[in-house]
Amino acid sequence: MSFQEKLEKNIWGLIVMVSIVVSIGGIVEIVPLYYLDNTIETLTEEEDSIRPYTALEQEGRDVYVREGCYLCHSQMIRPFRDEKERYGHFSLAAESKYDHPFQWGSKRTGPDLARVGGKYSNDWQRQHLRAPRSLVPESVMPNYAFFEDHIIDESLTERKLRALAMVGVPYTDADFAGAADAVRGKTEMDAMIAYLQVLGTMVNFEEGKDYRE
Amino acid sequence: MVENTPENPNYNMAIVKAFTVCAVVYLIVGALVGDLIAWQLSFPALNFNEYLSFGRLRPLHTNAVIFAFGGCTLMATAFYVVQRTCAVPLWSNRLAWFTFWGWNLIIVAAVVSFPMGWTQGKEYAELEWPIDIAIAIVWLSYMFNFIMTIANRKVSHIYVANWFFLGMMIMITYLHVVNSLVVPVTLTHSYSIYSGVHDAMIQWWWGHNAVGFFLTAGFLGIMYYFIPKQADLPIYSYRLSVLHFWALMFGYVWLGAHHLQYTALPDWAGSLGAAVSIAMIIPSWGGAINGLMTLSGAWNKLRDDYVLRFLVVSLAFYAMSTFEGPVMSLKTVNALSHYTDWTIGHVHSGALGWVAMVSIGAIYHLVPKLWKTDIHSVSLVNNHFWIHTIGTVIYICAMWVSGIMQGLMWRATDDYGNLSYTFAETVVAMHPYYVLRSVGGLLVLLGAGIMLYNIVMTIRGSSSQSAVAARA
Repeated sequence: MSFQEKLEKNIWGLIVMVSIVVSIGGIVEIVPLYYLDNTIETLTEEEDSIRPYTALEQEGRDVYVREGCYLCHSQMIRPFRDEKERYGHFSLAAESKYDHPFQWGSKRTGPDLARVGGKYSNDWQRQHLRAPRSLVPESVMPNYAFFEDHIIDESLTERKLRALAMVGVPYTDADFAGAADAVRGKTEMDAMIAYLQVLGTMVNFEEGKDYRE
Repeated sequence: MVENTPENPNYNMAIVKAFTVCAVVYLIVGALVGDLIAWQLSFPALNFNEYLSFGRLRPLHTNAVIFAFGGCTLMATAFYVVQRTCAVPLWSNRLAWFTFWGWNLIIVAAVVSFPMGWTQGKEYAELEWPIDIAIAIVWLSYMFNFIMTIANRKVSHIYVANWFFLGMMIMITYLHVVNSLVVPVTLTHSYSIYSGVHDAMIQWWWGHNAVGFFLTAGFLGIMYYFIPKQADLPIYSYRLSVLHFWALMFGYVWLGAHHLQYTALPDWAGSLGAAVSIAMIIPSWGGAINGLMTLSGAWNKLRDDYVLRFLVVSLAFYAMSTFEGPVMSLKTVNALSHYTDWTIGHVHSGALGWVAMVSIGAIYHLVPKLWKTDIHSVSLVNNHFWIHTIGTVIYICAMWVSGIMQGLMWRATDDYGNLSYTFAETVVAMHPYYVLRSVGGLLVLLGAGIMLYNIVMTIRGSSSQSAVAARA
C-alpha cells in the first residue's frame, strides 16, 4: 500500500500531513525576517530620527486606519525613477518599524502618502480633507468634513499608547502621563493633519547613499 | 467516488438547504455593496455620509463576498459532499446548526461594524478582535464536524473533494489565528502585535492564502464533486488530482511575498515568492485540466446543460487567472501592475469568473436535488449565465485597460526627463473605465437577482407540489 493510499484511508494521518505541508512556506518566509540583521536598515545617528508617534499623531493614525485610507493610498515608495520624482526617496523598512498595523497599502487610487509630510500647509490639508474637489477638481476622494465635528476621546489615549508599548513601541512614562493633555479638545481633523504632516519626515537621507543592497 | 450509495434518509439536508439560501442572499448583498463602491469611484458624490463612504464600505464588500457568500457556499457544499461521499450523516446536527447560526451572527456583526469604522486595518482581516475570536470558534466547529463525519465514514477511501475541503479548513485556521493577533484597547479597537515589514509579510501570507485556500482549495473541492456529478462522468485522472493536491498545499503558502515586490520587504523574500508563483502554474493548471478533461468525449453535454456551462466556464477563468497571477508576480510586470487596477481586474477574474461561477453552478445543481423538484425556469438559468459572463468580461477588460494605462502614465516622462502626467491627470483618465466597471458589476448583480428569483420560485413550487401530494 502506497503512502498516499494510507493517507486516503486514515483521516488523522491526512490531517497531520496536510498540517505539516502547509506550514513550511510560511515558516521559511516569515521567521528569518526576525533574525536577519539586514531586514531593517541600520541608520547612522545623523540619519536616524525615527521616533514613536506623538499622542496626537497616533490618534490621527487611528482615524486614518478607521476610514480605510489604506484602501486607496499606499505608504510605500518603490525604488523607481518616476516614484522618486513624484513622491521622494524610496521607503525604508525602518520608517514603519513602529507602525501597528503597517499601512503600506496595495492600491493607488490616490497618490502615495509615505512622504506627504510637509508637502502641503496645514490649511491646505484641512481644506482638502473637508472638500477634496475644492482644491483638486479631478479627485474622487470622499469628503471628510465630519472630522471637525468629532472631538478626540482623551480618556482612551493613554490606554492606546500603553497597548502599543506592550508590543514594543518605546513610549516612556512621561508619554503616558501627558497623553490625555496632548489631545484634549483636539478634533479628529487636528489629529489627522498632525499625522499626515509627520509622514516620511523622520529620516535625514544622505545624498547618494545606497540604503538597500 | 461513491457513485452508487443509496440516498441515506438520515442525511442532514436541512443544513445544506439553509446555507445554500444564505449563499444566494449574500451574493446579492456582496455584489450590491461592490457595485455601490464602484459607482462611488466613478462619481464621488455617492459617498453619502461617514458611514457609507468608500473606505468603510470596501471592507464590507470584500468580507461579504469572500466570507459570507463564499463561506456559506463552502459550508453548504462541504456538508453536502462529505455526507454523500462518506455515506454517513453529519457527525453532529446540533454542532452543524451552531456553525450555521454562529456564522450568520458573525456576518451580521460585520455588517454593523464596518460602517461604524471598527477595523483592524489589514485587508480581508478587518474584523475586530471579539469577532475574530467568534470566527475561530465557529470555524473550528465546522472543521470538527467535517473531520468527525469523515472519521465515521462507511467507505474505505476519503474522496478527493474532501482532501481539498480539509486542506482549506486547516490552513484558514492557521492563517486566521496568526494574522489576527492583536493587543486590545477597547472592544472595538486594537493594535496588531506585529509592525512594519513583519506585519506586511504576515498580512500578505494571510492575504494571498485567503485566496489560495479559501477561494481556491475550497472551491476545487466543489469542482471535484459537482463537475463529475453534473456531467455524470468520472474524474479524468486520479493521479493528476493527487499530484496537484499536494503541490497546491505545499506551494500556495509561499506566494504572499509577491504582493510586496520592490517594497521594503527584503528582496530574497519577494523573489522566493515570485519563483514559487511561476511554479504554481503547473498545479493550478493540473486542476483545471483535470476538471475540463473530465468532459472529454462528452462536450456535447454543454449544448443544453446550462449548469455544466457555469462549471466549465469557471474552470476556463480559473486557468486564465492562474496564468495571469504568476505573470503579475514577475518583478518587471509587477513594477507596472502593482498599485493599479490591473490587480483589481485580476482578483475579479478569479472572484467573478472562477469562484462565483463554480458556486453558482454548484447551487443550481444542488437546489433541485435538495428540494426534490425541477428548477423553476431553465431559460432563466441560461439568461443568468450570459448576463454573468458578459458582466464579468466587461469588468475585467475595463480594469485591464485602466490598470495598464495608469501604470504607463505614472512612469511616462517627456524628452527632458520630466514626468509627463500629474497624478490628478491619471485619475481623470480612469473615469470611463470606472463607469464601465460599474456597469459590468451591475450585470453581475442583476444575474444574482435572477438567480434568487429562480431559486425562490423553485422552492415555492416544491412546497406546493408536496402539499398536493399530501392531500392526495
